[in-house]
Amino acid sequence: MQELLQYLFSGMTNGAVYAVIALGFSMLYSSTDLINFAHGEFVMLGALCMVSLTAGAGLALVPAFFVTVAAVAAAGMLFERLAIRPVRHPQPIVLIIITVGASIFLRGTGMLIWGKDAHSMPPFLDIAPIDIAGARLLAQSVWILVIVTALAAGLHLFYKKTLTGKAMTACAVNKKGAWIVGIPFKWMVLLAFGMSTGLGAVAGASIAPITMSSYDMGTILGLKGFCGAMLGGLGSLWGAILGGFLLGILEAMGVGFVSSGFKDATAFLLLLLVLYVRPQGILGTAEVKRF
Amino acid sequence: MDDKYLPAIYTGFALGIAFLGWRIDNAYYLQLLIFIGLNTLLALSLNMLMGYAGQISLGHAAFYGIGAYVTAILSTTYQVPPLLALPAAVGAAMLIAWIVGMPTLRLSGYYLGMGTLGFGMIVHIVLREWSSVTGGASGFVGIPPLTVGPVEFASNKSYFFLVWAVVLAVIFLCRRIIDSRVGRALCAIHDGEKAAAAVGVNTRRLKLQVFVLSAGIAALAGFLYAHLVFFISPGSFGFMASIKIVTMVVIGGMASIWGALFGASLLTLLPEWLHAFSEFEMVVYGLILMVVMIFMPRGLTRGLMDIYERYRKTHDRQ
Amino acid sequence: MRFVRKDSPLLLAAALLTAVVFASAFPALAESGEKTWKIGGIFSITGPASFLGDPEKKSMELAIEEINAAGGVDGRMLEAVIYDTEGDPSKAVMAAGKLINKDRVTAIAGPSRTPTTLAVVPMVERANLPFVSCAAGNKIVEPIKPWVFKTAQSDIQAVASIYAHIEKQGIDRIGTLTVANSFGESGREQLIEQAGDFGITVVRSESFGAGDTDMTSQLTKIRQEKPGAVICWGTNPGPAVVAKNAEQLGLDIPLYQSHGVASPKFIELAGDSAEGILLPTGKILVADLLPDDDPQKQVLTDYIDAYETRYDETVSGFGGYAYDAVYLLARAMEGTGGDKEKIRENLENIKGHVGISGVFSFSQTDHNGLDPSAFVMVRIADGKWQLVK
Repeated sequence: MQELLQYLFSGMTNGAVYAVIALGFSMLYSSTDLINFAHGEFVMLGALCMVSLTAGAGLALVPAFFVTVAAVAAAGMLFERLAIRPVRHPQPIVLIIITVGASIFLRGTGMLIWGKDAHSMPPFLDIAPIDIAGARLLAQSVWILVIVTALAAGLHLFYKKTLTGKAMTACAVNKKGAWIVGIPFKWMVLLAFGMSTGLGAVAGASIAPITMSSYDMGTILGLKGFCGAMLGGLGSLWGAILGGFLLGILEAMGVGFVSSGFKDATAFLLLLLVLYVRPQGILGTAEVKRF
Repeated sequence: MDDKYLPAIYTGFALGIAFLGWRIDNAYYLQLLIFIGLNTLLALSLNMLMGYAGQISLGHAAFYGIGAYVTAILSTTYQVPPLLALPAAVGAAMLIAWIVGMPTLRLSGYYLGMGTLGFGMIVHIVLREWSSVTGGASGFVGIPPLTVGPVEFASNKSYFFLVWAVVLAVIFLCRRIIDSRVGRALCAIHDGEKAAAAVGVNTRRLKLQVFVLSAGIAALAGFLYAHLVFFISPGSFGFMASIKIVTMVVIGGMASIWGALFGASLLTLLPEWLHAFSEFEMVVYGLILMVVMIFMPRGLTRGLMDIYERYRKTHDRQ
Repeated sequence: MRFVRKDSPLLLAAALLTAVVFASAFPALAESGEKTWKIGGIFSITGPASFLGDPEKKSMELAIEEINAAGGVDGRMLEAVIYDTEGDPSKAVMAAGKLINKDRVTAIAGPSRTPTTLAVVPMVERANLPFVSCAAGNKIVEPIKPWVFKTAQSDIQAVASIYAHIEKQGIDRIGTLTVANSFGESGREQLIEQAGDFGITVVRSESFGAGDTDMTSQLTKIRQEKPGAVICWGTNPGPAVVAKNAEQLGLDIPLYQSHGVASPKFIELAGDSAEGILLPTGKILVADLLPDDDPQKQVLTDYIDAYETRYDETVSGFGGYAYDAVYLLARAMEGTGGDKEKIRENLENIKGHVGISGVFSFSQTDHNGLDPSAFVMVRIADGKWQLVK
C-alpha cells in the first residue's frame, strides 16, 4: 500500500511538471491553432533564468520569478514577430520546421550562455517532505500544483470574462470573421505567444528546484508536455492539467509495476493511443482536423 | 522538351560519379561522398513521402535504424550472409511501416507529425532497452563487411561505387514512379486529399504504399550504413536524426529529386564548414533552418529558382 | 504545393549548386607536418557528454603545450588537431576519417565515450594507427586489439572498489539503479558479474533516463526488497536527483555512487543530500588529502595548478584521461621517428608511468594498464571529500 501511494506521489511530482508545460501548449493552440515545438526550450529559459537570478544576481524569490517570466515572455514575442509572422504561407510542415529550428537555436544559445553543466536551485520554501501513510511528497510538488491550478483558473476567467480573451478566442475560431469585426489579429497572436511562453517560463521557474536545469532539458520535457496536452485534449485548459498529471502518474505506475527501462515509452505509447482512438483527447471537443 | 534530355542527364551524372570514384583516392573524401550518398537515399525516401505525397513524417530515422539493426543482428549474431540479410532488413522495415501506417496515415497535419514522432521515439527506446538483442545503449559491435560473391566491399573506394550505384538505381526508380499514373495520383493527394478521393484515387491504399516504399528505401540506407561502419548504436537513430532527414528534404526542396541530392550534400557538408564555429554550431544550424523556411519555404533550390524567375521577369519587361 | 514538370532549369540550378557545394569540400590536402608531429584528438566537446570532452580537449592542449615548452619530442614540436563528436558515433567516424586521411596524424587520443570509441576502432585498426581512448568501457580493450589502448579507469576496478567496501561493512544484499546509457549499462553488467566474488546478491536492478527528474518510484521498488545498500551508477545530473530522492524518501541505508560523479559538481547539485554518500574516485579529487609519499601526488598537484591557472576554472576529474593519453603517446613516440608500429610497441612496453588516472603499466595482454590502486574510496562529509579506509 505504501508503495502504491509513493508511486502516486512520484507520479504527481512529474505530473505537475508535465501539466504546467502542457498548459502552455494547449493555451497557444486554443488561441492560434499553432503548435510551438520550441516550447520546451522556453521552459528551459525560464528555469535557467530563475537559477541565474536567484543564485548569480542574488535576487529574492518573488522578484526573480516575475523578472524571469517577463523576460522569457518578451523573448517569446520577439520569436513570434521574427520567425512566425513573416511566414507567408503558414502550412503545418513549414511551421513545424521553423519551430524545430528555433528549438535548436535556443538550445545552442542556452549552451553558450549557461554552459554545458547542470544547475540546481533550492526549493521555494524549505519544508521537509510531507509524510502521508509512509509515502513522501515534496513540498515543491504541492507548490506546482497550486500554481498550475491558479493559472488555469486565471486563464479560464481571461477567456470567458475579459474582452481581450474573447477576442483571442474569436481569432482562433475564424480569422477573417475576427478581422471583419475589428479585432487586431496580429496583436492577438503576439499576445498569445507572449502568454504561452510566459507560462513556459512559470513552468521552468517552478520546476528548477526539483530538476537539474541544463541547456538540453527542454527537448524531452517539451515532448512529454505535448503528450500530456494531447492526452487531456489539445486546446482544453483543464484537459492539459488532467493530461499532464495522468501522464506523470501512469509513468510512475509503469516504473513501479512494469519496468523502469521503458518509462519514456509510456508517454509516446499513450500519445499514439490517443491519436488513433480519440484524437480530441479526454476533455477535448470533437475537433475538426484543420489541416 | 524536358523528357528528351533526361536520359542524357542521368548518363552524365552517372559518368560524373564514376569519374570522381576513379580519380579520388583519398579515403577521407571518399568517406564524405559515401555519407552524402547515404543521406541522399534517406532524403529521397522521405521526399517521396513528404514532397510528393504530402505526408509529414518526423520519425523516419526509425526505419533507417530498423534496417541497420536487422542486418547487424542477422549477420553477426546469427551468421547470416549480409546479402541474405538485405531482404530481411528491408522487408522488416516495410512490414512495420505497413502495420504502423494503417492507423497513423488516417491522421493529417500536426497530428500525423506527432504520430510519426511518437513512433520514432518508441523504436529508439526499444533499440536502446532491448539490450540482449540489440546491444543496448552501448551499441552493437562486430558487424561483418558486405560480401557479394567473391567481392568484399570493405574499402572506401569499393563502397563508394556500391552506394552511388544504389543511389542512381533509387533515383531512377523514384523518377519512374513520379512520371507514372501513380505519381500523378500522389500529387493529387498532396494538393487536396478530398478532391483526389472525389476523382477516384484510392487515397488510403496509395498513402500506405508510399509510406511502405519510403520505409524500405530508408532501411536500405540503414543496411549500407551498418556494413560501412561495422558498429551501430541507438544514438544515431533518434529524434535529431529524424529531424536531420526532414531538414535535408525541406531545405533541398520538396518534390524535387535533385533537391534531395542537394539537401543531402548540404547537410552532410555543413558540419564540416561549421567546424570553425564548433561552439556556435547549434545556433547556426537552427538559424539556417529558420531563415530558409521563412523566406524560401519551398526549399533552397526552388527558392533560388523563384528569385531567378522574378529577376528575369522584371528584365523582360524592359 | 505545385508539382512542376518543367524540371530542367530547376535541375540545372540544383546541379550547379551541388557542384559548388562539392567543390568547396575539397580544399587542398593538409600538409603532413614537416616540422611538427600531429596528434589527433576526438572528444565530445559539445552535446550530452561535454562534461567529459570539454576538459579533455583542454587537458590535451595543456599537455601538448607543456611538452612543447620542454622541447617537444625528439626536438620536434607536437601539434593537436581536435574535432568534436557531439557524443555522436557517426560524427566520430567522420572525425577519425578526417584525422587519418586528411590531417595524416601520427596517433589519436580520445574519444570520450565508449560508443564513439567502438565506432572508430575498426578504422584505426585498418589504418594501423596508435590509438589511446579516454573512455571507460571494458569492451574497448577486451578482447585486446593491438592498436587500441585506453587511459580511463575501467568499471571493473570501480565496482571492485565499491564491493570491497560493502563486503567490509558486512552487507550482502544490494539494489542497483543505473542510467540508461552505455556507462550505466556497463556498470550494471559489472555489478551483476562481480557480485558473487564478494558474497553479494543483487536483489533488484532498476534504471533511469539520463534526463529524468524523479527516481522515487525506482527507489521505492528497490526498497521493497530490503537491501543493505543501494548503488547508483550514472553521470551528472541524474545521480544528484537520486541522492535528493533518497533523502526525500527517508532511505536510511547507505547510498553508493560511481566514479561518474567524482566531481565537485555533484556535491553542488545534490546539496545537503550528498552527505554520507560513498564513491570510488581517481586520486585527482583528493590530491591534497593524499600522503606525501603517494607516487601520484606530485603529478596531480602540478596538473591541477597548471590547469586552473591556464583555464581559470576548477579542474575536472575527467580531463586527466586525455592528459595521460598525450603524455603516454609522447613517451612512446620518442626515438621512433614517427614509425607507427614502433610507437605501438613502445606503448605496450610502458611500465610505471605516473599519470593522473593512475600509474600505468601496459603489456601485451593489458592495454588499460591500471590496477585497483587507481581508485580510492571517498565519503562526502560537510560538503567535502573524505578519504575512507
